[in-house]
Amino acid sequence: MAKRTGIEVSIAIAEAARQANVDVVSAYPITPQTHIVEHLAQLVADGDLDAEYITVESEHTAMSACVGASAAGARVFTSTSSQGLALMNEIVYLASSLRTPVIMALANRALSGPISIWNDHSDVMNERDTGWICIFANNGQEAYDLTLMAFRIGEDRRVMLPVMVNFDGFILTHVIEPIHIFEDQEIADFIPPYEPLCVLDTDNPITVGPVGVPDVYTEAKKQQEMAIRESRPVIEEVFEEFARRYGRRYRPVETYRADDAEIVLLAQGSVIEAAEVAVDHLRDQGKKVGTVELRLWRPFPFDDLREVLCSTSIKQVVVLDRCISFGGPPGPVLSEVRSALYLEKDKPMVVGVVAGLGGRDISLEEYVEMFEIGEECLRTGKDPGEEPELVKIVGLRE
Amino acid sequence: MLEIRFHGRGGQGAVVASRLLALAFFKEGKWVQAFPTFGAERRGAPVAAFTRVDEEPITLRCGITEPDVLVVLDVTLLKDVDVTQGLREEGLAIVNSPQPVKLDGVRTCVVDASSIALEQGLGTPTYPIVNTAMVGAFAGATELVSIESVEKAIREYVTIKTEENLRAARQAWEEAKESCRG
Repeated sequence: MAKRTGIEVSIAIAEAARQANVDVVSAYPITPQTHIVEHLAQLVADGDLDAEYITVESEHTAMSACVGASAAGARVFTSTSSQGLALMNEIVYLASSLRTPVIMALANRALSGPISIWNDHSDVMNERDTGWICIFANNGQEAYDLTLMAFRIGEDRRVMLPVMVNFDGFILTHVIEPIHIFEDQEIADFIPPYEPLCVLDTDNPITVGPVGVPDVYTEAKKQQEMAIRESRPVIEEVFEEFARRYGRRYRPVETYRADDAEIVLLAQGSVIEAAEVAVDHLRDQGKKVGTVELRLWRPFPFDDLREVLCSTSIKQVVVLDRCISFGGPPGPVLSEVRSALYLEKDKPMVVGVVAGLGGRDISLEEYVEMFEIGEECLRTGKDPGEEPELVKIVGLRE
Repeated sequence: MLEIRFHGRGGQGAVVASRLLALAFFKEGKWVQAFPTFGAERRGAPVAAFTRVDEEPITLRCGITEPDVLVVLDVTLLKDVDVTQGLREEGLAIVNSPQPVKLDGVRTCVVDASSIALEQGLGTPTYPIVNTAMVGAFAGATELVSIESVEKAIREYVTIKTEENLRAARQAWEEAKESCRG
């Protein structure tokens, strides 16, 4: 039986890696992810986790070690944040291209500059096109559960791709809250030992990561694109099995009071639960509002999203981005949601806001303000901004 | 929902206090959330930490701007920080001070946690570590959580000078019960 435990979310995530019985951990400490790797290093040092903890001088090397270890057939875990992920970037792209199912816990933090150790989503959005499966957790329980599920998803023979589990730095990592932690045996049944497809073996040498000449590179990329698209049914299978075993159901797109809603706020991560409080508040005033959570970011859940947003009561979507695509749409989530709906006939209007950059708190009143922006858009039939493309930041000091 | 804001100076243990209190409530079956504000943490600088307690899962994750209870680990903060900002009308401030403290229009409970901590050898006269005493004082002043649950939390979470911290918590609990209730 799972035990309800008062635990720091970072420690719960590290415990998930221990329970998955990882073979290799390689990471470089960076705020706010540090407690995760500290705890894992302690477990290895104390003999509570039979794994190789590879200490390195940088995140670039950490990810290199992870890819190498995975190619050698190990179950691999790492964790990072912000600049650490940016420094890894070159090898992050390789992990997916080489089909090494490295599991990463990403404690989301803003990118510099100015230097910020605090939370937003600029780090993960910078890695959007690296070919990793990318999932968001919005509380400690989800961060723990999804880290466990990530091993099953990534290592599945039909997938063989790295998985990035996102959870907000500080807002989740450093919080103590009740989390149901499974017994080790329960997890051993859910996550059996990893059986790699092919391994680096000195007796039977193979090459991993050779040159892809123009004659093969295009096909390799097409295969990679197919691989991540074909992970969709596996992801849902794992969600389904998790629900059957443990009773908590996860979906690629989650909704809250959206069934008869006219205006929904669409977001990712821990802001969703706070936005739900604003929804309850507005519902009490008779407003038809709800939330939509884009839990799965890659592969993008086109069908699920259209099913929720198109030909339903929803007339207006307000997308909350936690980073800016400078000079662009101006948020990556806004851009992708609009793009996913473009060819639909019966679709809601979509407007975007940006908030919670670099640790700026988003108050309950500000969630209400986001819904008001949606209301105005719905009433006037146009984007309420001076220029539609101009970034609308909620909580900006003027 | 019960919302508690801790004010301290870097090194006094405000963050740990917020966690211990959350764990104590957790021991009583509540849903809890404990989190600090992070930033320029350094010894002596004003810091804040937060605890939320509820009968159901807590979804709010913004900072606490309208606390029900304030726990002030260092009386000198009253000069530098507007600690009572946003305190609810029926709110309570629990302040560590050797002398009586008067806060305008705020129900205030004073406990000399520094002396209690130093008696137990926790910290130094310049930097007494008063977190466990102040969590004990919270239990005594509010009776919202039992001292036994606070002690369970300390046993579980405080691995250094555990017995001394337990004694500090209980003594502050007794003092707060005497001086703040009735």
